[in-house]
Amino acid sequence: MRVLIRPKEGILDPQGKAVERALPALGFEGVEHVRVGRMVELEAEDPVRLAELCEKLLANPLIEDFEIQTL
Amino acid sequence: MIWGVLQFPGSCDERDALHACTLASGEARLIWHEDRDLEGIDGVVVPGGFSYGDYLRAGAIARFSPAMEAVAELADAGGPVLGICNGFQVLCEARLLPGALLRNEDLRFVCRQLDLLEVDGPETGDMGGDSAHRPLSIPAKHGEGRYYAPEPMLDELEANGQVAYRYAPGQNPNGSVRDIAGVRNESGNVLGLMPHPEHAVDPLTGSTDGLRVFRSLERFAA
Repeated sequence: MRVLIRPKEGILDPQGKAVERALPALGFEGVEHVRVGRMVELEAEDPVRLAELCEKLLANPLIEDFEIQTL
Repeated sequence: MIWGVLQFPGSCDERDALHACTLASGEARLIWHEDRDLEGIDGVVVPGGFSYGDYLRAGAIARFSPAMEAVAELADAGGPVLGICNGFQVLCEARLLPGALLRNEDLRFVCRQLDLLEVDGPETGDMGGDSAHRPLSIPAKHGEGRYYAPEPMLDELEANGQVAYRYAPGQNPNGSVRDIAGVRNESGNVLGLMPHPEHAVDPLTGSTDGLRVFRSLERFAA
């Protein structure tokens, strides 16, 4: 399983901004809305409880959204 | 009053906190993070540092330690709990305080002496209001100190008197919303702030204003 965690929409993401600002200097024009998050890979016996696990530990629901992907 | 100061793997300000508690209130002892027993302790300081390496998110792992279970019980019972810097992050992650702390707006670690304004709360009685007391001179040192809460929550915090400290105008070092440096829970017995009152307790280092922060919680000791 894979969990993608990203800053909630509307929350300032200074890491994303820093990446975005660095790109033109490297010749990459026209890249916008960069958001930097986290990815967690894991193997779970009981995937049913994965959302609960994400809410309790992997993500902070106040500031982050998460998405669970089955590989 | 006897303070207990938590010590996690990665804590680094627990010794200064011990010293500050002793100067402010008389007595203090260290509590190891695996220790669930707060026998004889009236209040707890969750100190600064990088508990459990700040892995995942600052404070995210520390909140599950046995000592934090005991701290949550003390907080629920109305006992004084003070979270400083990483300790503030831990208390937010543990939902003992509202909001969250994010990377500083400019992505830089900040380390400087700042002025903090005290804000009255429902239980703070003699603090005397925002303007009645001169600002507290206290150092801040952190990379993830940008206080955040959604707008409706911020309105509620202000209405309830839960904003405890603000950075003085023009001194917000991290992009915190509404210049918030510290917040308290609804009943006022749990307090967290990013700046370090434990580093401002001796004239030798320029300020003793930090003592006021520790003493502001003494009223909640049983």
